[in-house]
Amino acid sequence: MADVAVDKKALIEGERPIMNASYGKLMMWFFLVSDAFTFSTLLVAYGALRISAVSDGWSWAYPEDVFTHVPLLYEIWHIEAPLLFVGLMTFVLILSSVTMVLAVEAGHRKSQKEVAKWVFWTIIGGAAFLSCQAYEWYHFISGTPNGGVLVPTALVEEYDLGGGIPDYEDLQIVEFRLPGHGQEGEGHEGGDHAVTSLELFNGDKITDSEAIEKILDDAHHTHAGTYYLEKADAERLRIPDLENNLFVKAYWVTNSEGKVSAIRLTNGRQINGPIAFLNEVQEEANHWETQGGANLVANQYGPADFAGLFFFVTGFHGTHVFSGVLLLIMLYLNVRKGTYERRGHYEMTEKIGLYWHFVDLVWVFVFTFFYLI
Amino acid sequence: MAAQGSEARKSIFRTALILSGLTMFEFFIAFTKHLYPSMFGISEAAAHTIVVVTFIILTLFKAFYIVAEFMHLGHEVKRLAWSILIPFLFIVWLIIGLTLEGDYWGKLSSSEQVNVPEMIDLRA
Repeated sequence: MADVAVDKKALIEGERPIMNASYGKLMMWFFLVSDAFTFSTLLVAYGALRISAVSDGWSWAYPEDVFTHVPLLYEIWHIEAPLLFVGLMTFVLILSSVTMVLAVEAGHRKSQKEVAKWVFWTIIGGAAFLSCQAYEWYHFISGTPNGGVLVPTALVEEYDLGGGIPDYEDLQIVEFRLPGHGQEGEGHEGGDHAVTSLELFNGDKITDSEAIEKILDDAHHTHAGTYYLEKADAERLRIPDLENNLFVKAYWVTNSEGKVSAIRLTNGRQINGPIAFLNEVQEEANHWETQGGANLVANQYGPADFAGLFFFVTGFHGTHVFSGVLLLIMLYLNVRKGTYERRGHYEMTEKIGLYWHFVDLVWVFVFTFFYLI
Repeated sequence: MAAQGSEARKSIFRTALILSGLTMFEFFIAFTKHLYPSMFGISEAAAHTIVVVTFIILTLFKAFYIVAEFMHLGHEVKRLAWSILIPFLFIVWLIIGLTLEGDYWGKLSSSEQVNVPEMIDLRA
C-alpha cells in the first residue's frame, strides 16, 4: 500500500488526466451536472404545477396569447405577432453558440486573433439575448390594455366578500381617465396643456381645477392610458366623488372549457363564487376593463403559478446568461492580453465554452416547455 | 483530438444547420397545429397529445446535438460520457413521479373527482 505514490501535482495539473480530460474541464462538468439537476427540478416543478392546475379544472396560459410583442412592429404599427420574437431570441442564442464553438476551434489552432474575434461576437449575442429578455419581461409585467377588470367595492361588499380578502383596504383604488389624454405611453407630466376635466370610471366627472391638480399629484398612470389613486390618498383629499368610486382590480380565471369561472385579485386571492357575483362582474365588465399585467401571485394570462414560474425559470436562466457574458468578457480581455498565448493553451475557452453551450441547452428546454407546449 | 481546421468547422456548421432546421420545424408546427384536428380528422385531444410528444422528441434531438457536438461529449472517452449521463436517470424518475403527483394534487382540490370513501354518519 505504502509504495503506491499518488502524484498529486500530476493529477491537478492534468499531466496524467483522468478519463483523458483535464482537471479544469472535469470540474466544469461536475458543476454543469449539478446545475442541470437544479434546472431539471425547476422544469419538473413547472410540469407538476401545470398538470395539477389542469386536472383541477383550470385552463393553463396559451403561450401564443401571452408572447405577442415584437419591437417596432408593436410600437410603431401596433401589430401583434405571436411567438415571432421568442423565435428571434432562440435564433440569437443558437448563433452565439456557433460563434462560441468557432472560438474553441480557433483555440485548438492557437490563433489568438480568431479566438478574440469569435469571443467578441459571442458576447454580442449574449448581450442581445439579455436585451430581448428585458423587453419580453417588460411586456409580460405590464400586460395588455384590456387584460384586467375593475370590480366595484360596492359589489364586493354586497356579497359580503370583503372580509375574506387579505389587505382588502390596500387593494382599493379610484381609476379615472383624462378626456383627450387617453393615448398609451403619454404620461401626465409630459402634457403642458391644462387638464380641465377628469372622468371617473362610472362616468362622473370632476371639473374643479384645484381638485384635479391635487388628484394628479398622487395619481399613478397605467399603460392603458388611465390613471389611478390609492384609497388612502383618495380619502385624504376628501373629495366625495372619489370615495364613491372605489374599485379592486382583478383578472379573469378560465376553466378548462375556456369559460370564465373565477376572478383573481392582484394580491393573488381568487374569488370562485358566488355565481351571481361573478355573473354581475361579467355583465358590467366591458365598462370596467383596464390594464392587465402579471406579478408573482396573479396575472391576466392564466393560473397564478404560471407567472411565478415564468419569472423564476427564465430569470434563473437569464442570470446564467448574464454571468456567462461576464466570463466571456474576462476571457476576451485575457485573450487580447496574450495570457493564454503565454500559458501555451486555450483551455479556458473550452471551459467557458462548455458553460455557454449548457446555457443554450437549458434554453432549448425552457423554450419548449414555456413557449411551445 | 478530433478533426482540426476546416474539417472541424464544416462539422460545426452542419450541427448549426441541424439545430436551426429543427427549431424552424418546431415553429412550423406551432403555427399550424390548430389545423390538425380537421386536416387529419382526429380529435382535438389526440392532436394535442401528438403535437406535445413531437415537441419533446424534437427537443431531445436538439439537446443531443448540443451535448454531443458543441459540448464535445460525443468525442470524449466513453467512461466520461456515461458518468455524466447516468445520473440523469434520477431526473427521469423525478419526471414520472411528479407528473403523477401533480395530477393527484389537482384532483384533491376538485373534490368531486377523488374517490373519497363514503362518509359514515356517526350520529345515526
